[in-house]
Amino acid sequence: MPLLTVTDLRTYFHTRNGVYRAVDGVSFSVERGETLGIVGESGSGKSVTCYSIMGLIPQPPGRIESGSAMFDGVDLLHCSPKVARSIRGKRVSMIFQDPMTSLNPYLRVSEQVIEPLLIHEAITKAQALARALEMMEAVGINDAARRIHFYPHEFSGGMRQRVMIAMALVTRPELLIADEPTTALDVTVQAQILDLIRRLQRELGMAVIFVTHDLGVVAGLCDNVQVMYGGRIMETAGARALFKTPLHPYTRALQRSIPALQLKGEELFTIPGLPPDVSKAIPGCAFAPRCVFVKDECTAARPELVEVAPGHAHACIRSRDGQIDLGA
Amino acid sequence: MAENILELRDVKTHFPIHSGFLVKKQVGAVRAVDGVTLSVRQGEVLGLVGESGCGKSTLARTILQLVPTTGGAVILNGRNLGEASRAEMLACRRDLQMIFQDPYASLNPRMTVHATLAEPLLVHGICGPSEVQARVDELMRLVGLAPRFARKYPHEFSGGQRQRIAIARALALKPKIIIADEPVSALDVSIQAQILNLLAELCRGMNLSLIFIAHDLSVVRHISDRVAVMYLGKIVELGPAADVIDHPRHPYTRALVSAIPVPDPDIERSRQRIVLAGDPPSPINPPPGCAFHPRCPYAIERCREAVPPLIPAGPSREAACIRLAEIA
Repeated sequence: MPLLTVTDLRTYFHTRNGVYRAVDGVSFSVERGETLGIVGESGSGKSVTCYSIMGLIPQPPGRIESGSAMFDGVDLLHCSPKVARSIRGKRVSMIFQDPMTSLNPYLRVSEQVIEPLLIHEAITKAQALARALEMMEAVGINDAARRIHFYPHEFSGGMRQRVMIAMALVTRPELLIADEPTTALDVTVQAQILDLIRRLQRELGMAVIFVTHDLGVVAGLCDNVQVMYGGRIMETAGARALFKTPLHPYTRALQRSIPALQLKGEELFTIPGLPPDVSKAIPGCAFAPRCVFVKDECTAARPELVEVAPGHAHACIRSRDGQIDLGA
Repeated sequence: MAENILELRDVKTHFPIHSGFLVKKQVGAVRAVDGVTLSVRQGEVLGLVGESGCGKSTLARTILQLVPTTGGAVILNGRNLGEASRAEMLACRRDLQMIFQDPYASLNPRMTVHATLAEPLLVHGICGPSEVQARVDELMRLVGLAPRFARKYPHEFSGGQRQRIAIARALALKPKIIIADEPVSALDVSIQAQILNLLAELCRGMNLSLIFIAHDLSVVRHISDRVAVMYLGKIVELGPAADVIDHPRHPYTRALVSAIPVPDPDIERSRQRIVLAGDPPSPINPPPGCAFHPRCPYAIERCREAVPPLIPAGPSREAACIRLAEIA
């Protein structure tokens, strides 16, 4: 049985300007120890998916319209707040993009790292501090015994991200949700943090949901990848299959947009048009207005996510019928 | 060969650190830019890369004389900007324009596109009030925006469109050099490609020089003719872009290139990566000798003794490492 199964999740934001369908019917599952990558551009609903699972959607204006998120037999979306609290922060943890804003600047790092332990476990402060110290060392903070008593501003960006990872992992969660944890960091520091997440995942045997817009990061880290666009899943596959044989035009377009894969001096490949306006209902495929292979049938009805090979599913009716050549 | 339009000779920008309550005393300096010698030819795209805090943005601001220079000379078209009078500086600013990273912050939210683009034209007396409309329309078309949007405000545009407005504003005065400080970092991959194509096309079409600052090496490789790699206020490697990034010579450039994730699972999982330990040292108290030696895998005793000069490292290439020949 998968560790987490999300079924038909719909998270809408009801604002004065209309209903924003940020996440519009998303289903996926994560096995124990698996790394799932969620890739998409801004506004594709990848972060809102994670926030919904963690119960971090501000309600109102947000509302989870439908769906379930079964974590080890408990529906995180519909259980009592008490049950949710016992899971969130203990068995499921989250790290965020910006370590500058997600640590409390008024509290010493020690207070923040031991907080989840004091809340979730019957433990004394001294024991908690020892565990926190162990975790700080595990995430590669030198001189942890002294620096654990520092304030967040005394750490560099990469070190703050390490502190946040220590805070998330101190309770030894079974699932870590990482929302663009390396986007704000330099490439050299990003490489350190990715190595760290990979190593800790092996040691703790936890599952990771890794949200990013960088296909390069996904290639090295994830077992499975799902590509989101306009609040929907466009394609989901094993990392290797997704890169070698993408079956959805959007995945292929995203891949072709990476400057590293293009010849120097040539014009870069671009996806024409703009990301979809999710405040209006999109009857057909969300990518249809920007797709070069679009046909009338694409805008008529919403294409289902259909599995075409073991573990490889996509939502393109034209690709499924073999009518188009993505030239991968 | 086209002549040098901009020359930097041993440019230094230090920010003093003061201490003391009533009697302020200078106790040190942040050596943000510490001896940069560089030239830019007419029509050339020079990429400037490095981690955050390496001084690349300060160098840009130094060229524009937005921060006082501590030492050295910035020479634009044969004129030393450090010695220019206010009136001369104003004239020079016409030739030197800047595009900033965040198009959300760099446009005045209370000015329409028309007002934003008309202001530099009127301030510098480029054209009379009667011609402004035509010139604004022309600028908007140049960057791929329909002139009918001229009466809209920045918040009505997407990130990519806002960056186009910022580019149009920079082009309004027909500058000779544009300095773009991370112009695509805040944009999505597909939008990034559009803006990069636009910049490349404009530079070719108008024979503009561009100093392109970025931390994303694959983007820099694509757009630049030459690339300069900065570390702690100094240039450590300089040469043709594709050459430097495909075959880096300096140990720091090697580590930087190796840290970029490759968007291919097979390559990414099998390749040897150099993961640098630690963070860049503080520019307040840089390490003696080569600033990179504490993190360098090839460092020897001699590296601590003197600051290595840029030495030839192949055809039109230079690198600042005394062990170049030994570590090839």
